[in-house]
Amino acid sequence: MFLTYLRRELRHRRKQTAVVAVGLAVAIALVMVVSSVSTGVRDAQTAVLESVYGVGTDVTVSQPGEAGGGRPGRFEFDAEAGEADDDGTRSLDQAQLSVERGTATFDAASLDTIEGVEHVTDAAAALTLTSTSFSGEMPDMEAMQEQMEAGGGPGQAGEQGGPGRAGGPDGAGGSAFEVDSFTVTGIDPSADAVGPLTTVEVAEGRGLEAGDDEVAVLDATYAETAEITVGDTLSVGDSDLEVVGTVTSTTGDGVATSSDVYVPLVLAQTLADLDGQVTDVYVSVDSADHVDAVADAVGAALPDASVSTQSDLADDVTGSLSTASSLVSTLGTWLSIIVLAAAFGLAILFTVSGVNRRTRELGTLKAIGWGKPRVVGQVAGESVVQGLLGGVVGVALGAVAVLAVNLAGITLSGSSGGLAVGGPGAGGQAPGGGQATGGGRGGGAPFGQAADTATSAVDVALSAPVTVWVVVAAVGLAVLGGLLAGVVGGWRAARLRPAEALRSLA
Amino acid sequence: MYQLKNVTKTYTGKRTVHALRSVDLEIGDGELVAIQGPTGGGKSTLLQMLGGLDRPTSGSVLLAGDDLAKLSDGALTSARAERIGFVFQHYNLIPTLTAAENVATAMVPLHVKAEKRTRRALEALASVGLAERADHLPGELSGGQQQRVAIARALVKEPRVLLADEPTGNLDEATRDEIVELLEGLWKEEGLTIVMVTHDTAVARRAQRRLRIAKGTVTER
Repeated sequence: MFLTYLRRELRHRRKQTAVVAVGLAVAIALVMVVSSVSTGVRDAQTAVLESVYGVGTDVTVSQPGEAGGGRPGRFEFDAEAGEADDDGTRSLDQAQLSVERGTATFDAASLDTIEGVEHVTDAAAALTLTSTSFSGEMPDMEAMQEQMEAGGGPGQAGEQGGPGRAGGPDGAGGSAFEVDSFTVTGIDPSADAVGPLTTVEVAEGRGLEAGDDEVAVLDATYAETAEITVGDTLSVGDSDLEVVGTVTSTTGDGVATSSDVYVPLVLAQTLADLDGQVTDVYVSVDSADHVDAVADAVGAALPDASVSTQSDLADDVTGSLSTASSLVSTLGTWLSIIVLAAAFGLAILFTVSGVNRRTRELGTLKAIGWGKPRVVGQVAGESVVQGLLGGVVGVALGAVAVLAVNLAGITLSGSSGGLAVGGPGAGGQAPGGGQATGGGRGGGAPFGQAADTATSAVDVALSAPVTVWVVVAAVGLAVLGGLLAGVVGGWRAARLRPAEALRSLA
Repeated sequence: MYQLKNVTKTYTGKRTVHALRSVDLEIGDGELVAIQGPTGGGKSTLLQMLGGLDRPTSGSVLLAGDDLAKLSDGALTSARAERIGFVFQHYNLIPTLTAAENVATAMVPLHVKAEKRTRRALEALASVGLAERADHLPGELSGGQQQRVAIARALVKEPRVLLADEPTGNLDEATRDEIVELLEGLWKEEGLTIVMVTHDTAVARRAQRRLRIAKGTVTER
């Protein structure tokens, strides 16, 4: 009788059932989308962190640089630098290798100190550098001066009587040059249990090996953008290194590895003239419960170092990823709560209204001996089924909405901790969609700022997953809404006195 | 069957209404009683007291020795489910359930199994001449047929007493006579105690005993 009565009532009140179910469905779908996108954003944050710090890194240790410190030096050329060409220009080629702006190096012996801290299971040191090269043509000042003295200057004299602008090869101020910038990470090839090497896999050739000398392994995306293949030579600082392989990230499609170029740690120290120095130490801890204790202990042992845990690093993630995270956690959550409250309110309103309309019917049932629990159960059951219907429709609607979000190919950009993340961008190229960016956008920038323009952002395609738990929670919420409405409506029905039902007929 | 002692019912609100004033009344087993009186005189209130649908402000309403005024809500609900059958002026059928299902609703609180419920519901409908209408919804039945379904619903649980509130109030003369004959038949053949509130003097005249209630006071006619 319960099910027969329930089915007939819901079918009889199709419009009300549809409105309540659709209201709950929309709310549930929104909750699903917010939840899935939130998970997607969190996964993206994890991907960013893992791409920078590697899998299993619980604590990172670095050395903050002084204000303005770590800044790449200026490219300086004297009048006779480079080679003079016949067209009145000089060809110049210069490269620098230095630590990134805002970071500083510290003694590699700190690695031993950190490994000695209780609960530390592994640690790896790295030296992260930025290689910036200048290559191009500049006006030959010496030749110009000679021409001036001979009275045949090529350009108009300046206000102070200095040499005028020379019409250079590109017609833009008498010069044509290119600034290329990429990140170089020096790392111990055997330190693959923690740190950047934990999230890379060889795409072509081979990875770094113990005993390697002047070799480099490239991020596959960077290699493709810079048109470098295995076997080619790559100039890092003043040295030419043989490219022995390329690597890709294991943290997800479209996620760049943490550096454009990987070289043995000792080689990086030598090339940058930073013997015995490192910029980062990646630490793994035996248990999540000990992470804070280890961070404190390392901080105490190395008072000048900056010690960060994964949660600190998550807070450091910036860019559109951070904006999306903030948007989802605030606007999305509040919007979901408001819509859910509205849907629940609607369900309650319709249920109570239905009970009021059925005063005679429910009163009659009580008059012929139906007890309060049975009447309340009947009303609540109808509401719960409405909620269930809303949940099923909502899950379908939510799944479609999440699918649409995934198909939209939303790319979020994030960076963390000031560590550069390599990727395309050599030669001032714009970052490709869905690819890691990094390297120079510095073409034409003032020389001294070339390295500043190197971004440390990772572009991650947003992938919003729909988990079983999200589905269960969504349906559960809808049923809860129906149950709430049923409880309120049932309470109303329970209070109904059969005598009032009869009196209403008189 | 019934023994009412000094029953008073007062409704308090913006205005205090004395619906029943010190009513003393006895109704024997197997009696067919008609209650008449002016609107607002207390007819329906008296029927509610007899049916355990409301409690008196004071006094006692004994049904086969049990004081309905003092029973717990649960016991009162059980008494209505097991011992009292109701027939209403507007039939009060569930519009979404078929005739057979409506009849079966009376057996739900008695925990009768579904199969037996269906069989007994069909038998009850057959006893009021509606066997062929078992699968019809109330909206598909005439007023007289709906009232027959309501009577079948009241009788299917084999109650000790049948309380009818204006059972012919919404029916035309011919249908009214059919329903009254049906009730008379139940009274004579089944020995059922029937208490019927009616405005219709023609119907009241066919009762074994006639009561008049006005201003909350019951008198024999």
